[in-house]
Amino acid sequence: MVEFFHHNLSYFLSGISVGGQYALIAIGYTMVYGILRLINFAHGDVFMCAGLMMVYLSASLPFVISVPLVLVLTVVLGFIIERVAYRPLRSAPRMSVMISAIGVSYLLQNAALYFTGGLAKVYPEIPFLSSSVTIWGATTRVVTIVTPFLTVILVVLLSLLIKHTKIGMAMRAVSRDFETSQLMGIKINRVISITFMIGSLLAAVASFLYFTNYASVTPSSGAMPGLKAFVAAVFGGIGSIPGAVIGAFIIGICENIIKGGASIFGIPGSGWTTFSDAFTFAFLIVVLVVKPTGLFGEKSVDKV
Amino acid sequence: MFEIKGLSVNYGGIEAVRDISFTVEEGTIVTLIGANGAGKSTTLRTIAGLVKPRTGSISFMGENITGKDPSYIVGKGITLVPEGRKIFPDLTVMENLRIGAYLRSDSIEDDLEMVFSLFPRLRERSWQYGGTLSGGEQQMLAVGRALMSRPKLMMMDEPSLGLAPLIVRDIFSIIRRIKEEGVTILLVEQNANMALQVADMAYVMETGRITLSGPGNELIKDEAVKKAYLGK
Repeated sequence: MVEFFHHNLSYFLSGISVGGQYALIAIGYTMVYGILRLINFAHGDVFMCAGLMMVYLSASLPFVISVPLVLVLTVVLGFIIERVAYRPLRSAPRMSVMISAIGVSYLLQNAALYFTGGLAKVYPEIPFLSSSVTIWGATTRVVTIVTPFLTVILVVLLSLLIKHTKIGMAMRAVSRDFETSQLMGIKINRVISITFMIGSLLAAVASFLYFTNYASVTPSSGAMPGLKAFVAAVFGGIGSIPGAVIGAFIIGICENIIKGGASIFGIPGSGWTTFSDAFTFAFLIVVLVVKPTGLFGEKSVDKV
Repeated sequence: MFEIKGLSVNYGGIEAVRDISFTVEEGTIVTLIGANGAGKSTTLRTIAGLVKPRTGSISFMGENITGKDPSYIVGKGITLVPEGRKIFPDLTVMENLRIGAYLRSDSIEDDLEMVFSLFPRLRERSWQYGGTLSGGEQQMLAVGRALMSRPKLMMMDEPSLGLAPLIVRDIFSIIRRIKEEGVTILLVEQNANMALQVADMAYVMETGRITLSGPGNELIKDEAVKKAYLGK
């Protein structure tokens, strides 16, 4: 057991780390779904754009400026997407909004392709995050250790915001009932904008952590982490923030244990690595068959 | 205080309200009665700003509020207790009341106290989720929530719907007390008997039009009204 633990420690650590990154992206999916019942397909690409912004901005600006600037610009990007692509379709059928989301996703990818010329851009080494540390004999980067803590802190802050502030109360009300929220005087468009901005902010934070590990950004870099985060959100019960976070950690850890799980199943590690992505989706299917609403999915309590 | 002129509203592809006009005097209870689909709810929803009218004007305290956003209208002092109560089931009773005061930035403690004295049951249950309340309690919460915005005009859509007769009586005595507090009330009801008893002025709606009007205590004796709405 001890040996198993020791052998897999570095995979476990990177699993927690990747899980935290997925969690930060997954919150954006789950919050937007909670309010608009919309799967925001462009969310993974917003995350990719945050990565690219960092590449270009850090080329000419010091980190103390480029990091906050990326945060602000990503928030603005999220706001603009909602304003331009989703708000005009507020009373349209849900399917139309979804097509619009897919359109935005491709627009962002194509724009990124245009700016990068299709080349992988080297992600800057953010000082401190990129340096190495050794824990119990496993060498890893500081970012691996920082990610889960940062994730937990941000999730706690977000929960406090939703639970104890006026805007948080409005978010909970709007996610339940647009019309009655309006009757309370809540401007639902403002609440929806703020939701997109929070999601984008967390995606930008995730991009710092994720790309520090993966070192390069391409126009399709947002696709796979975006999809994994989406799976995490569905797994946890879409619409639920704790669900998304726990789902993301589980998926991150499982995926990495499989990569390093050579000795568990007696099959060479590289053999399993190939299937780590497939595992995520197979896992989702199994979970949905057993529990269609996910771990913390909304119970429908329609009392008339 | 409140005046509607020539209001027509299209809703769900049909002309739900056709050229209606009426006024509400300050400090009175005015009721709209009529059968299902007569356009009563649509009238209230239009006043609240949820539905935009096709033609006509709505003015409140001398200001034209036709077609304004709901939040603007709430800010002016008009509130709607919606049909089916529509309390927020996963907000606590306390949060439901606080969200009623969403637009206000002044202290709401006095108003909470007022609502709790009106509905002692809500104080006992202030920490419970709205969805766990009984139908009657939910109706009280919906009324309390509306009062939290300090309305000058409170519109109520079918407050007696689906409630036991005893509770309906409670609700109507509360409506009288709210009037005594100086709030003007515009009440939509299918329970014509109860509504006409409390109303200072009543209007009968049929297929989108106002067909009869008069003080509540006169309409309650009107033969046509008796036949059509009072089942006598």
